[in-house]
Amino acid sequence: MNRFMPVLATTVVFGVGFAICSLIYPNFASPRVVMNLLTDNAFLGIVAVGMTFVIISGGIDLSVGSVIGFTTVFLALAIERAGMPPLTAFVVVLLLCALFGALMGAAIQYFELPAFIVTLAGMFLARGASFLLSTESIPITAPFYGELAEHALLLPGGFRLTVPAMIMLAVVALCAVLLHFTRFGANVYALGGSRSAAALMGIEVGRTTVLIYTLSSVLAGISGIVFSLYTSSGYSLSAVGVELDAIGAAVIGGTLLSGGHGFIFGTFIGVLIQGLIQTYISFDGMLSSWWAKIATGLLLFCFIALQQLMLLVARRRRPRASGAGAR
Amino acid sequence: MTPPETVPLLALRGFSKSFAGVNALDGVDFTLQSGEIHALLGENGAGKSTLIKTMTGVVARDAGTMQLDGVEIAPRSTGEATKAGIATVYQEVNLAPNLSVAQNLFLGRQPTRFGLVRESEMRRRARTLLAEFDLDIDVAVPLESYSVAIQHIVAIARAVDLSARVLILDEPTASLDAHEVTILFAVMRQLAARGIGIVFVTHFLDQVYAICDRITVLRNGRLAASAATAELPRMELVRMMLGRELREATAARPVSAPRESEPVAVFRGFGKAGYVEPFDLALRAGHVVGLAGLLGSGRTETARLVFGAERADSGSVTARGQQVTLHSPRQAMRLGFGYCPEERKTEGIVAELTVRENIVLALQARRGVLRPLSRREQDEIAGRLIRLLDIRPPDPERPIGLLSGGNQQKALLARWLATKPAILILDEPTRGIDVGAHAEIIQLIRALCAEGMALLVASSELEEIVTYADEIVVLRDRAHVARLEGEAVSVPTILAVIAAEAAKAV
Repeated sequence: MNRFMPVLATTVVFGVGFAICSLIYPNFASPRVVMNLLTDNAFLGIVAVGMTFVIISGGIDLSVGSVIGFTTVFLALAIERAGMPPLTAFVVVLLLCALFGALMGAAIQYFELPAFIVTLAGMFLARGASFLLSTESIPITAPFYGELAEHALLLPGGFRLTVPAMIMLAVVALCAVLLHFTRFGANVYALGGSRSAAALMGIEVGRTTVLIYTLSSVLAGISGIVFSLYTSSGYSLSAVGVELDAIGAAVIGGTLLSGGHGFIFGTFIGVLIQGLIQTYISFDGMLSSWWAKIATGLLLFCFIALQQLMLLVARRRRPRASGAGAR
Repeated sequence: MTPPETVPLLALRGFSKSFAGVNALDGVDFTLQSGEIHALLGENGAGKSTLIKTMTGVVARDAGTMQLDGVEIAPRSTGEATKAGIATVYQEVNLAPNLSVAQNLFLGRQPTRFGLVRESEMRRRARTLLAEFDLDIDVAVPLESYSVAIQHIVAIARAVDLSARVLILDEPTASLDAHEVTILFAVMRQLAARGIGIVFVTHFLDQVYAICDRITVLRNGRLAASAATAELPRMELVRMMLGRELREATAARPVSAPRESEPVAVFRGFGKAGYVEPFDLALRAGHVVGLAGLLGSGRTETARLVFGAERADSGSVTARGQQVTLHSPRQAMRLGFGYCPEERKTEGIVAELTVRENIVLALQARRGVLRPLSRREQDEIAGRLIRLLDIRPPDPERPIGLLSGGNQQKALLARWLATKPAILILDEPTRGIDVGAHAEIIQLIRALCAEGMALLVASSELEEIVTYADEIVVLRDRAHVARLEGEAVSVPTILAVIAAEAAKAV
């Protein structure tokens, strides 16, 4: 049960936090607030899921924020200037992202470079490329965009499920299955547990690494699409620093930065906690928005301390008195 | 050659491998029958690990043929070796500690339906597989929550399930306690009964005699012997592992220093649980104490305890007549101790730094950062010691990594001599250096001793150690079992002590 403790702790923190907010602000616990929580954080949720794969495998992906920025600019230019149908533009940009991620994964694997450096280079590259395309904010006026942004599924109880929220929930669900119930998912964990052991056990380490970074970049691309829907524009400075928010969400959700441990659901809750803090501050109206960062920082500290504590306890309790269970 | 009536399971002929011109393996033959547990023995550097690496394709061999069941094979990677039917389980369990036991057993070949892993089916199969090894554990929890012994059995189960015909166990018992060893042995016997051939690498002689059918001994990259266990008495075995041609080397022994000299340091009941059993030891000026024993007997461990690199949990130390604590190398250095470790490359030299910088390292560390040695002082010290020890080439500004093994060893000695130690601990001072340099190092040890330094030397070279030691402590299974002095210091006596003790312990 030990393994589920961090996720459980995160969930409890979120529940308690939500309850406190509802007590302070009577109209906090409403369908609108809950649904906005999902919609407003949809883009973050999607990248954070990709980040979870990368971190569990023992790596890091610093390029995702820039990839989001690039995606929004590319979409705005392709749809508005080049007249490309939005769906075609989506496909093209996701293919570009996949190629970008695959190249980073290949560089990490075959040149034996640290993921930190490779994705840092990727971060500068993608951000630079989006500046090259355009330095101004370009509004996207295509009718299809308006429709998508307006469209929402009405659920019983007055819940309006928007398209970004739908996409995020779908990504969370599909990726949870991919990580927890497939061979690929097991390989991701094995890589994070011990790279050399995974290789000795016959795992195709190279292929898995390339796939992991491809997945992360594609999810960043999807996140960029959602971001452009949400803002109806493309801007090269959008989503600066989102990679750090994504790492934060994963860690708050119980993913170990050293790799090998973590759950998609935990990351999802981690995103919601960050969203909850934002919402609280906007309800308050008096607090500076920087308090959100401070609260997130404190939470991160608490969770990292909790994880270390649990690792320590687990190590203490390891059954040195062997043969436990041997008949 | 004409095959006997049964084709051996695995037959290696003329395996050779050299690294940078040094023969690590020289025409070694090795034969494994199916259902046999075969011990592979040898001291450090004898070629055991090179043999295993060439067998499993980790490194390419220079020469030799390998037949599995009469069919020529030449694996180029561990993956290919595993496919061919040769699996290796290392001392460090090579599994993913964070994955469940079941995932570890079936990683890469999990049962799936529509691309999804069938978790319950996989667990059922894992339980069935482990039941064959009499292991009934929860296969859904992470591997790391189990003891090393169970992790070993899981690794073995995985290897065997991947259709292994030959199983190589590389020092699997080094980190196990007695009870765990019996569990592992039961598994090994059971696998042998199924017709799997097991190569068992260990340095515990008791275990060899307890479980192995046949013994192959390597020494200096050559085949020293291969015989059925019953036909190889312990004395013979120990002699093969350690001795070259056993000649009386006592003629070269120097006259012992007066033994009444006041001890520089006295250790009483000094030891650490599970590391080295408590021992008494007195180090005197102008006196060499040798530590002799098989690999893993506690030679290096004793040296590290005495230097404070490993913290003792029992006993007391008296240095220069005063009770002292010895909890860290820093404290030991302040008391005038110096230590040249066995693993020169990893624990001793800093390969990128120059000879001069390496030599002044310990002295500078003792003085502290606030009192830096001036460049002039450094040049003076390095120059003097390079001349004294005849380090070649005599260039203090050359990176030490470019020097030969023997000269690196001398530079390490120089590092400690620069601190003018009262006590110098040397671990395998002649390991990995060419034969000519051996004699020089031995001369140096004698010269230091004559200058009134107290020396503690751990060595597996029995013939060398008897030429310079005044007193020899014989170790076995991490305990000091005998102290030899005067006439008793000779190769045959040491061998007799090692073998006799081994016989008694069965």
